[in-house]
Amino acid sequence: MEQAHTTHNVGFLGQKENNVIAGLLIGVERPARDEEKSKKVVTNISLERIKLNNLLVELASKRDKEVFSELFSYFAPRLKSMLMGTGTDPETAEEVAQEAMISVWRKCEMYDSKKASASTWIFTIARNLRIDRFRREKRPEFDPNDPSLVPAAEPMADDQLALNDRKAVVETALNELPDEQREVVKLSFVAGLSHQEIADQLSLPLGTVKSRLRLSFEKLRTSLRSQI
Amino acid sequence: MTFHHPQEDILMSYTAGALGESWSLAVASHMTFCPECRSSVALVEELGGFLLEEHDPVPLSELALTVAQEQLDLQAVEQVAINSAVVSSIPVPLRDYIGDTVDEVKWQSIGGGVYQHLISTQDGDQARLLQIPAGKSVPEHGHGGRELTLVLSGSFSDENGEFVAGDIEDVSEEVTHQPLAGTGDNCICLVVTDSALKFKGLIPRFVQPFISI
Repeated sequence: MEQAHTTHNVGFLGQKENNVIAGLLIGVERPARDEEKSKKVVTNISLERIKLNNLLVELASKRDKEVFSELFSYFAPRLKSMLMGTGTDPETAEEVAQEAMISVWRKCEMYDSKKASASTWIFTIARNLRIDRFRREKRPEFDPNDPSLVPAAEPMADDQLALNDRKAVVETALNELPDEQREVVKLSFVAGLSHQEIADQLSLPLGTVKSRLRLSFEKLRTSLRSQI
Repeated sequence: MTFHHPQEDILMSYTAGALGESWSLAVASHMTFCPECRSSVALVEELGGFLLEEHDPVPLSELALTVAQEQLDLQAVEQVAINSAVVSSIPVPLRDYIGDTVDEVKWQSIGGGVYQHLISTQDGDQARLLQIPAGKSVPEHGHGGRELTLVLSGSFSDENGEFVAGDIEDVSEEVTHQPLAGTGDNCICLVVTDSALKFKGLIPRFVQPFISI
């Protein structure tokens, strides 16, 4: 484990080689990191993120097609890439990416920049579209307006950390996961595979898949709490 | 505030969109009661957002943006829905399946004063409501697989502790337990089990409900 990288402001470094399929199946070779360089990258990424979040807020207030095309040019190619990582052919992946961006236009008034970054919010939209399109079954969803909602007695400590810091924590935690855990996380998130499907694909016992997912969550939570 | 939660692998899989319908129903319903799991899911969604950012962009065809833009004017804008639905012990995700209140549920007796209502889901696993009379127990049983039990009203206790409204008991196949409903109200729960629990033909049908819960 690379202890030097546990602070939240160090982490993501242009891991472009970390392309999904390669990452999924053969594990990821990570480049040696230069801390100074990586801090700079983090700053740029944070700025980019703030810009994207603001664009999404602006889209809701102005309904401007120029703003839409800026968001489109960042997210659509990444959505297409992510969908292709699930084994979807390029044409279908492109269609779903377009559809997701049109949903963004439709739903952007529901986006709350205090609660989630633009990429997180768009991830959830694409996830739901993927399920609608490729699975026969529904995915029952939590409803934040549920009249039966039990509010937190006091603000949850885990929710206190600023969004950008949270994202940095997530990056660091993910990058520090052992490859075997990263692999399972990616098969779950990118390919949308169930426990059983992951177990079949990697020829692992179901219990191993379960424990790897749990361990990766623990890592995420521990990293987050160490920052609070 | 709930004290018993689904295990983290289930929360990860739910957030990834990789969890089957029956299980997602239990998780989404539990979240209504549980600020802690809402917070966990929000954290894991950040992970999804990060994985999206991390992807190398794959260019779309030249006309993709134009085609998308042309459709924008045709789109109805969606607003935050103000939920005027009735307050009841049934969380919204479950209402799509059983109605707004438990009064609308058609119960089927499975003996011993226990009633069930099977819920139709498409993931091949089994979701059902179970009503156990106050102070009564369900016969001791083991599991052929995983079982999630979300308490909707009343309470029950077993070897693992006491479970009240909003709590989830997440047990795996090694566990044998004998849930005992608390005194006071009948205990109504949503129970989700693996398809592996359907012992078709091997065991007389009348004992199946007991074995498969």
